[in-house]
Amino acid sequence: MVDLFFLDDSSFIPMSLTLVNLRFLDWEAISLSMELGEAICIRGESGSGKSLLLRAIADLIPHEGEVTLKGELRSSVSASDWRRRVGYLPAEILWWEDSVLDHFLEAPSGERLGALGLSSECMEWHPHRLSMGERQRLGLLRLLDRDPEVLLLDEPTANLDDETARRVETMILDYAKEANAELIWVTHSESQAERVGLKRYRMKDKQFRLEERG
Amino acid sequence: MTTIDLSYWQLGFAASAIVALYVVLVPFRQGLSRSLLVSTVRLVIQLSLIGYVLKFLFEDGHLLYVVLLSVVMLTVASREMVARQKRRIKGVRALGIGAATVFVSSFAISLYGLLVVVRPDPWYMPQYAIPLLGMIMSNTMSAISLAMDRLTNALYEQQALVEQKLALGYSAKEAIRPYVSDCIRTGMMPVINSMAAAGIVALPGMMTGQILGGVSPQVAVKYQIMIWFFIAASCGFGMVTALRLLGRVLFDDRDRLRLDRLEAPKH
Repeated sequence: MVDLFFLDDSSFIPMSLTLVNLRFLDWEAISLSMELGEAICIRGESGSGKSLLLRAIADLIPHEGEVTLKGELRSSVSASDWRRRVGYLPAEILWWEDSVLDHFLEAPSGERLGALGLSSECMEWHPHRLSMGERQRLGLLRLLDRDPEVLLLDEPTANLDDETARRVETMILDYAKEANAELIWVTHSESQAERVGLKRYRMKDKQFRLEERG
Repeated sequence: MTTIDLSYWQLGFAASAIVALYVVLVPFRQGLSRSLLVSTVRLVIQLSLIGYVLKFLFEDGHLLYVVLLSVVMLTVASREMVARQKRRIKGVRALGIGAATVFVSSFAISLYGLLVVVRPDPWYMPQYAIPLLGMIMSNTMSAISLAMDRLTNALYEQQALVEQKLALGYSAKEAIRPYVSDCIRTGMMPVINSMAAAGIVALPGMMTGQILGGVSPQVAVKYQIMIWFFIAASCGFGMVTALRLLGRVLFDDRDRLRLDRLEAPKH
């Protein structure tokens, strides 16, 4: 693995996550370079392929092209290691064990739960008891529990009221800052993109483009 | 004791039971009475033909003929397994998995039975080889097709959930483990239940046949016990192999769920 940090030359920007000619179904090939800890958002109509792109990066669907992370080729990393490092948060979170806690490697701290407005009791619950909003927030905690180096977020605040959505945004940004993690954030909300201050891309007509801001 | 041969008019009397059933079923559902009719005709034709084949085989018990008949049985069993799948694997691989698993389990167990356990002379003596292989193979075929059908359906219905497990870093094997054990349980259940009920609720078919044929019940019982051991082993080994092969088809080398390798179900 090549270490890209701590170079004195200030013109050198370390690239962390890069997509090279990523191509799925009949979409135009997508290439993208992200700096360490960079955050972007992707917008676009539903069905425009935003989720497909996230799933392709996480290597969950068949596609062409290569992805690298911190100089490492994805094809040189095992599929399960890759997915632990490049964490994908689906729009609808599903549960399969009999208690919420069983989905975690380590129980989340009361502080983390509290920051999202959740009580630590809900960890003992059967997932059936969770509301849509609780599922979504606990899904984020379940993902952060794996300490991913990249976050692929598919509308992480879709089922939440404004106040809770802010809390989730804060937690994601704090985590990204602390872990120096790249963020690829799919959102429909103009104000969310504004608030979080993300570089914007748009998925339209099977093409992936940097959004012009006027 | 000599077995009473059945004359054709005696069989005709037996057939009247089916005719009566057919008459009763007609007003209910067209499809049911039709398939009853088709199965009845198939039963009569297939068994009459196999009667001639076996008669010929027993008179001229050449190894080549035994092998030939078992290959025919294997081919039909593999096709039947594919036909019983709601969502089939595309291409010839479907037939391949069926044939490979029935082959390794049923053939291996039958050979073991013939060479090590029963030891007729010659070892391929058709009177022993064909019924043994037939009984083991038909049970194995049912168990495997049941298990495979259940696994593909489970993965189809739970694809989003399986994908989320994969997304959290589960390997394909870990992600489908609960479904696989469920399938093995489902596939083994008929065998386990039959073993538990054998002799109490029902006299197993082979034992009944041997007793009717004049064999002493003690001998018939020993054969029946041996057959059940073989059936259970063949079903179990066959299913484990089949589900493993199926897992390799439904996931690719990057542990991605590949349901695109399944055909849409036909109605």
